[in-house]
Amino acid sequence: MRAWFLATALVTGLLTNAQAQTPKQGGTLDYMIAADGGPSLDGHKETTYAVLHATAPFYSNLIRVNPENPSSTTDFICDLCTEMPTPTNGGLTYTFKIRKGVKFHDGSPLTAHDIAVSWNRIVFPPAGVSSAREASYPMVDSIEAPDDTTVVFKLKFPTLSFMPALADPWSYIYSAKVLEKDQHFYERNIMGSGPFKFAGQEIGQAMHGVRNPDYYHSGQPHLDGFNAIFAPKQQTRVDAMRADRAALEFRGMSPTARDQLVKELGDQVTVQESDWNCGNVFTPNHKRKPFDDVRVRRALFMAVDQWKGAEALRKIAIVRTVGGIVYPGSPFAATKDELSTFPGYATDMEKSRAEARRLLKEAGAEGLTVEMLNRNVDQPYIIVGTWLVDEFRKIGVTVTQNIVPTGPWLDKMRTGDFALAMEANCQMVVNPIADSGRYLPHDIYKENFAYHDDPVQVDIYNKMVRETDPAKARVLMRAYEKQILDIGAHQLPTLWFYRVVPMRSYVKGWKIGNSHYLNQNLANIWLDR
Amino acid sequence: MYQYIIKRVLLTIPTLFGAAALVFLLMRLIPGDICLVRLGGGGASFDPKALIACHAEIGVDRPMIVQFLDFIWGICRFDFGTSMWSGKPVSTEILARLPISLEIALLATSVAVSIAIPLGAISALKQNTWIDVFVRIFAIGGIATPSFWLGIVSVLLVLDITGWATGTPWMPPIDYVPIWKDPIRNLEMAILPAITVGYRYAAVSMRMTRSAMLEVMREDYIRTARAKGLINKIIINRHALKNALLPVVTLIGIEFAFLIGGLVVTEQVFNLNGVGRLFVQAVQNQDYTLTQALVMLTVAIFVFTNLVVDLLYGWLDPRIRFA
Repeated sequence: MRAWFLATALVTGLLTNAQAQTPKQGGTLDYMIAADGGPSLDGHKETTYAVLHATAPFYSNLIRVNPENPSSTTDFICDLCTEMPTPTNGGLTYTFKIRKGVKFHDGSPLTAHDIAVSWNRIVFPPAGVSSAREASYPMVDSIEAPDDTTVVFKLKFPTLSFMPALADPWSYIYSAKVLEKDQHFYERNIMGSGPFKFAGQEIGQAMHGVRNPDYYHSGQPHLDGFNAIFAPKQQTRVDAMRADRAALEFRGMSPTARDQLVKELGDQVTVQESDWNCGNVFTPNHKRKPFDDVRVRRALFMAVDQWKGAEALRKIAIVRTVGGIVYPGSPFAATKDELSTFPGYATDMEKSRAEARRLLKEAGAEGLTVEMLNRNVDQPYIIVGTWLVDEFRKIGVTVTQNIVPTGPWLDKMRTGDFALAMEANCQMVVNPIADSGRYLPHDIYKENFAYHDDPVQVDIYNKMVRETDPAKARVLMRAYEKQILDIGAHQLPTLWFYRVVPMRSYVKGWKIGNSHYLNQNLANIWLDR
Repeated sequence: MYQYIIKRVLLTIPTLFGAAALVFLLMRLIPGDICLVRLGGGGASFDPKALIACHAEIGVDRPMIVQFLDFIWGICRFDFGTSMWSGKPVSTEILARLPISLEIALLATSVAVSIAIPLGAISALKQNTWIDVFVRIFAIGGIATPSFWLGIVSVLLVLDITGWATGTPWMPPIDYVPIWKDPIRNLEMAILPAITVGYRYAAVSMRMTRSAMLEVMREDYIRTARAKGLINKIIINRHALKNALLPVVTLIGIEFAFLIGGLVVTEQVFNLNGVGRLFVQAVQNQDYTLTQALVMLTVAIFVFTNLVVDLLYGWLDPRIRFA
């Protein structure tokens, strides 16, 4: 442990030093992707980071999270546009001016038309095309390119959630000409305008890229190329880093793997860490007795000591921070004082659990025995699930875990075939208003499996999504959160995930973000060796 | 002989058809589907419309019987369709993984055969001596040690020893390069898994060789050969070993077929992009087309290997050929 503290201190020093250093050009970065080979190569269609980590270096976006400040929840900058627009027409129109002289890797020019066609494919997918994030843009009315250097987004209503949604890292800009011929071309092929050109792949094993000499961000990329190697087993990744077969993996490792690498490699490894815009959500099925009774749901929440749990679990699992429904680093997030008034966030656990037992007795649910559906993923689903089981035991509720693979886990939740479940909540760019939409009732948000009704909650959300004053939106967020966690006791967000990325010390320029989907185009990475 | 081969080949048809029907039904009994895994596996939000589009795109929204007939018609044409997960032809997916699996299977078999047959025979010939005891301990160790555990330990040992000796830890490469592109790098990657898998394989074959040799050495015809004054080398090589190898060949055949698609954990330990790992991915992702094709491939490999073993029987024992 002492070694880890030393290394962390070293990291801080090295990071400061790296910021002052001039990037060196050249070299090939070998990195790992903690997955088996992904599905198709189409970023508009897919959702797994296995695809994004392998393909993001080949593509450009309209705007993006600032790669120099990816932990910020509000710092968005242009990628293909020339300056961030000021909304006009009462917040309903966003006009982007587009860089001139940008080329696709086949040498054809990239214009505003390509951007409009790509975005229309995401927001209004044509027949036969599936867009995984179509639902993220309910505010968009139209996307047009009146000329080669202008793209205009017109909204149905003004909202604070539009710009973060636009910085979605999956929104690759494709060639309009290619899409015109074949809407499925990008599922099997790569042809973008990003910092690296496609140099081949070994199916299910590796993806290779070489420097794009025509890249439009001056001086970038610094690397000559990269090899992305799929390595699903954590021990293999740790061993590979020890032997320098690969420099890092971007998603994140467990605290124990970090400690092992720091112990083995000393100053040859640096570690970057961050809160992660991901978490598990404990969900009682409101259609199942006795969880149709708010007293029982509240009692379960009140049994959980999140503050103490955070201290213990952070040592073994990729979780760390106690938070409400909003990512803890966001200005919209609840403070500790605000949270501690809700069930599941109490600081006096003796009192909280006594009240929980009283509620169970009152509801006639004493000595309750029930099964909790969970996913067969160790980090952190099973670890967090096991912790919850123990917390519930403290109020006399016996919970056993039904741990199943991803397919059956999703299927059981979608068909309502469960009493309690551990849901996942992994988002990308921190977009508090849009992200918290996942707590809306199932009738509105189909991937919420609490199966509850709450017109008050829906009403507050509808007001919040149309509020353009951040301060007023924050007030509405608190009311919305209270409705979910306290009044309705619909669902309980458990500890937010924590991202730990150990890397070989010669890797410079990359900064960790609050999502493993962000800052993955590798343009700013350089090798100091 | 030709009639025998034709009969065996024709018998494979109902075997393959039965396996096809079974895997088709079993895959569809698992709750959930590939679109759910693809869209919801990451824990992020997805559009319900995307789920409907995904079902339509890969054809799982069609009636089950239509899907089954489509699958069977594809088998008849040797067309297994496209992987529902990657959108690539199933043949491309499998062919990308087959070389490494075949290479490991061949290397492991070579390791096993070159250890098992001589040691097994020596152990039998030197029954109850210290050599026999040593060989039996070696064999029991191989049977008792799971190859994945041996794999993990061997990688860690190599890392620690090279780190201690040279100051720079070394491990086999984690990405495969074909032998014709870079033979040294290829062997660096393949040799450790081949040894760890080959050891267990050798141990089983060694036990079999020993017991078969012991049995054969007590046969009347061996005594007759000795009585005729034949020298020991000829008795062992021509009369005893050849006959003792019958069950060993069967075992080697079954093990070889298993190695093509069964090295799931070993492939994960060494990050080998082989058929076994693809099999697990296909089942986990609920990729029906790919799983079906892999099952058919495995069945075909077993059927073919058994056929080869049966033909070898004929060579080893003429009585079988003429029967």
